[in-house]
Amino acid sequence: MKQTLIALVQDHPGVLDRVASLFRCRNFNIESLTVGHSETPGISRMTLVVDCDSEAHREQVVKQFHKLIEVTKVIEDATPDRAVYRELALVKVAATLETRSAIIQLVDVFRAQVIDVAQASMTIEITGDEDKVDSLVNLLRPFGIKDLARTGRVAMLRGGNGKS
Amino acid sequence: MKIKGAQVVCESLVREGVDVIFGYPGGAVIPIYDALVDYPLRHVLVRHEQAAAHAADGYARATGRVGVCFATSGPGATNLVTGIATAHLDSSPLVAVTGQVPSAYVGKDAFQEVDVTGITLPITKHNYLVTNAEDLPRVMKEAFHIARTGRPGPVLVDITKDAQTGEVEFEYPAEVDLPGYKPTVRGHEGQIKQAAQTIAESRRPVIFAGHGVTLANAQQELRQLAETIHAPVITTLLGIGSFPRTHPLCLGMSGMHGEAYANKAVQGADLLIAIGMRFSDRVTGKVDTFARDAKVIHIDVDPAEIGKNVPVDVPVVGDVKQVLESLNARVEKADHTEWLETVHAWREDSEQRDILNRETDDMLPPYIIRQIWHANMGQAIMVSDVGQNQMWEAQYYLHDKYRSLITSGGLGTMGFALPAAIGAQVGCPDDEVWVTVGDGGIQMNIQELATVVQEELPLKIAILNNSYLGMVRQWQELFFGRRYSGTPISSPDYVKLADAYGLTGLRVTKKDAVVPTLKRAREIGGPVLIEFRVVEEENVYPMVPAGAGISSMLRRPMADVDDDSKAGRSPNEEAS
Repeated sequence: MKQTLIALVQDHPGVLDRVASLFRCRNFNIESLTVGHSETPGISRMTLVVDCDSEAHREQVVKQFHKLIEVTKVIEDATPDRAVYRELALVKVAATLETRSAIIQLVDVFRAQVIDVAQASMTIEITGDEDKVDSLVNLLRPFGIKDLARTGRVAMLRGGNGKS
Repeated sequence: MKIKGAQVVCESLVREGVDVIFGYPGGAVIPIYDALVDYPLRHVLVRHEQAAAHAADGYARATGRVGVCFATSGPGATNLVTGIATAHLDSSPLVAVTGQVPSAYVGKDAFQEVDVTGITLPITKHNYLVTNAEDLPRVMKEAFHIARTGRPGPVLVDITKDAQTGEVEFEYPAEVDLPGYKPTVRGHEGQIKQAAQTIAESRRPVIFAGHGVTLANAQQELRQLAETIHAPVITTLLGIGSFPRTHPLCLGMSGMHGEAYANKAVQGADLLIAIGMRFSDRVTGKVDTFARDAKVIHIDVDPAEIGKNVPVDVPVVGDVKQVLESLNARVEKADHTEWLETVHAWREDSEQRDILNRETDDMLPPYIIRQIWHANMGQAIMVSDVGQNQMWEAQYYLHDKYRSLITSGGLGTMGFALPAAIGAQVGCPDDEVWVTVGDGGIQMNIQELATVVQEELPLKIAILNNSYLGMVRQWQELFFGRRYSGTPISSPDYVKLADAYGLTGLRVTKKDAVVPTLKRAREIGGPVLIEFRVVEEENVYPMVPAGAGISSMLRRPMADVDDDSKAGRSPNEEAS
């Protein structure tokens, strides 16, 4: 089962290395990992999607994660009902005069955006949960995807939970 | 007043109460070695950096203080790695200071440059790369704090040469600011109450004491708990010494080479009270057959150990000493005579099988270990290596004294004993320190005999020479059809070698010379190396084969069998 963990970490050199090393050493499988600034200067925020085979396994991941000195907080209840998930993808798709309008129609349906147009391709930006991104990517595939960049999941607890 | 980074290192060590450093100089730490001269810090020069880390570890385990080692960049730092990993697996508090190439050269593959913070990432509790002298006071403070608090462990501080020579207005911080590091000290009262309740309901309790008891200095509290609730105490290998071996409630060690009655007690228990131990595979055997009838109370300072290997019914996270104090205030006096009688009946069977009861003139290692125990009256600090010698030491030296066994448990590092004993003897100059080591292990760090002599350390080194890498040979005998691949090993003439290094060398080849030679060795004031030529193919029993449950033991043969016949020596397999 996939588990979403949010971690606040001190923004020190090598922190990402420590997290990656921990997951590798302990044989935990990371599906995705995103990292960026948080609302507090000096604190970065990570969202990890980890493949856990049991509740005990999930607990181990969280506890081992907590042992890293530079990890200040782990939010482990970012379950789908309590949190919102988003992912961003950039898709460079082959586009000719004939196919361009069909692609734009798809982009509109998904409320995505075209951010670059060239002679033979278009680059599309889409934000949403993974399913939505998957769907658009699958629909664009027949046109010929030349380049695909996905950020992996970022997550935040919903406001109604009384937590950050 | 401004001082140099190198001086900050020394100032910090003095303020942290350090009195000795084990190390080896090199190009990238010369400024620190230069500063060292002006501080009241003893430096023990080892002959290989691995020994510096082991010696600091041995010092830490013998004294309870943080051990410190120094090494230069590159090969100096990489040579520390095995020692740091050893300390990491056994939760030993260590601060390793390494020099690094100047920060302008970092990442340029400079001479003797290696990414030691990267290399030691998975084997340190935490590590630092310091490129600016300004950061040193804070980093040194944090390093010692992290090494000694919570679950202790090694911390490495890698300092670039320009950070050592850079100047800084020195002020040693009074407090650390580590928002992500707040070890739980006090146990949760509700959980402790629950533990007391569970203990009260138990009829066949067993206390399982590990290294955490020693690390928390909780031997008194452990004894009080055991005597109050009238429960037998089993230790892990590193738990030896946390509870007196000759105490009527002590069952000794359990696990792969634990006593059969101790393993039976674990399997027959209705409650395991695990204290400062981590259910390693050497303790549990096949985990789904382990203590199936028992509830588990697990007391440990590291929450990640709870439920890692074995499901736990009542977890209590906190400092073992404080948790036991609270628990002792809540438990009721109990009487488990019936349970103890059952366990003691199993014990009699084991005693009949005891190798010491074999009538023989052979040089049996268990006999030698027991005679060492007699000779030093159980009062020595014993430092054992890894393999058969380690298991025989654990079985036949009856450790009543606290912190009296130092051995590499988790990593199982051959070559550990001699350098670790150097650290122990430096830390405890008034104690008698003995090394038990095989002919394989001694040759892994034999160069440290020179350190022993230079530092005038009165170590007694007992080499059990069976001309084999004995434990691997034992596995080959039992599980690989006696195909002795890579295990026969030759040795130098240890008596001549001792002479060359400048210590006394003795050799024992006959059983009746064991006792007089031990007596003589103790009468010699300086270091003594004794080579015991022991039986070549003797096995450590009992033994749980790898991957089997701890109920399936290869037992010692009954003592009354004809021990000249090889058939009579074959172990009795017992499955229950």
